[in-house]
Amino acid sequence: MKGKAFKFGDNISTDHIAPGRLFHLRSNLQEFSKHVLEDADPDFAKNMRKGDFVVAGKNFGLGSSREHAPQIIKIAGVSAVIAKSFARIFYRNAINIGLLAIECDTDAIDAGDELDLDIQKGILKDLTNGAIMQIEPLPPVMIQLLNDGGLVEHIKKNGDFKLV
Amino acid sequence: MGQTLVEKIISLHTDNPVKAGELVIARVDVTAVQDGTGPLTVQEFKKLGKEKLFNPQRTILFIDHASPSPRKELSNTHTVLRDFAKEYGAFLSEVGQGVCHQRLVESFVNPGEILIGADSHTCTSGALGAFATGMGSTDVAVGMALGKTWLKVPQTFKIVVNGKFKAGISAKDLMLHIIGTLGADGATYKALEFTGETIDNMEMAERFTLANMAVEAGAKCGLFVADDKTRNYLKEKGREDKFKQILPDKDAYYERVINIDASQIDYTVSCPHTVDNTKLATELSDIKVDQVYVGTCTNGRIEDLRIVGNILKGNKVNDDVRMLICPASKDVYLKALDEGLIKTFVEANATILPPGCGPCVGVHAGTLADGEVCLTTQNRNFQGRMGNTQGSIYLSSPYVAAYTALRGYISTK
Repeated sequence: MKGKAFKFGDNISTDHIAPGRLFHLRSNLQEFSKHVLEDADPDFAKNMRKGDFVVAGKNFGLGSSREHAPQIIKIAGVSAVIAKSFARIFYRNAINIGLLAIECDTDAIDAGDELDLDIQKGILKDLTNGAIMQIEPLPPVMIQLLNDGGLVEHIKKNGDFKLV
Repeated sequence: MGQTLVEKIISLHTDNPVKAGELVIARVDVTAVQDGTGPLTVQEFKKLGKEKLFNPQRTILFIDHASPSPRKELSNTHTVLRDFAKEYGAFLSEVGQGVCHQRLVESFVNPGEILIGADSHTCTSGALGAFATGMGSTDVAVGMALGKTWLKVPQTFKIVVNGKFKAGISAKDLMLHIIGTLGADGATYKALEFTGETIDNMEMAERFTLANMAVEAGAKCGLFVADDKTRNYLKEKGREDKFKQILPDKDAYYERVINIDASQIDYTVSCPHTVDNTKLATELSDIKVDQVYVGTCTNGRIEDLRIVGNILKGNKVNDDVRMLICPASKDVYLKALDEGLIKTFVEANATILPPGCGPCVGVHAGTLADGEVCLTTQNRNFQGRMGNTQGSIYLSSPYVAAYTALRGYISTK
């Protein structure tokens, strides 16, 4: 998958992604997605196009358990979040709802670079500067959940957990 | 190789004994959501097509984050929770009853149990010797339907605290110090097991503060061995029969052991905009404060209010400061009334808020103006947390909060 990189720093919290002051939009995720990451980059939602990537430093998604954070990133059309590391709850939420969360060293990527992510090969290419990066393999449980279309679909299909 | 406390507790909820690193399906005793995460949980639960909750009596819905509701969209989401509770027989904790984590320890969670909650500070209940962890709405929806969840058994950091705090220093200073040392992601995926003589002597209120903030170092949970203090707490809450002591094995494997001398801890404050950005309060005496907030699941208990009451009694809050005080639950509020603390607060010109999250989540009841500074006893100071990215948030103990409210600058005396 190809898209443009929107670059963020370390410790992007769920308050940056889905601010508490917009709490009332949690019941209207389409509308909420127009404000995604607003408190880290006020122009992000306006400037991004479907298929683009969120690229960040370490501990992306720290803080609240609000699943609305990965939800509105997904609804906005982001194809994957690529970060050096993720906070635990955000990572689990992302996979549960079918948003790709990829761990990778993102230092070589600059804002605005064109990226090409190949999940099968585990390779991320920066088409702008030629850098080629190895992504961390997804844990098997996450691959299973993503293949089933998220946790709800997994349970509907199997009637129960079928992960181990 | 023996088991850590978290391995022991999870093993009680699986068919086979577990060890760190394993992926397991574990039985869940209690599930909880709040008004921020609950409506999405209800939506996902309904998609699962299950007619019943697995355990309705132990499925708890809390209205605490935007409580009472400041606007119609939120009022409507409260209706979703009320209707769901009625239809499925779940327990609803209404407006005014308190913050979910305080209500969970007061009335719902017992030692040795597993709680999953759609709120990151669900780890608070770990102070009772339970495995309690925050998850998203979908995970909790599945837990509500099936009575189980999948877990990766965490490795454990053992935090050993010995020695005596200096006068005025409390668990909040200790925890901010620990997070400042570990970093905001220093314990990601780990369990924090608190132990040592300082912990043994610590009352439940302070243990709740420590467990509450485990997630601020990235941890999955913070746990304590249930002991006589736990037993007395449960007795006071009318459920001594639920007491159970689970001990880690002597030969358990700990990924890391961190030793702390409590006597070396000083007044500690987290500076904007991350919890691990800690400094000593004495280094911040030039920081002028517009609002002081005492409350939340971190420090809104009666013990916290007593500390603040002792300092405020007979004094007035600084003219340039708005002081907000929010008892964490109805029970805390009633005790504060009985003890005359509410009168002390009002006489000092503080404003009393109804039990709940108050301004911590940035929804209502104390949103900061552009450029304003708030010192608060809550657990998070992220940019925009209190409703305005142009505001700055400092985190402290109730003791520092009380003196700061009187002086108008961050202060310890």
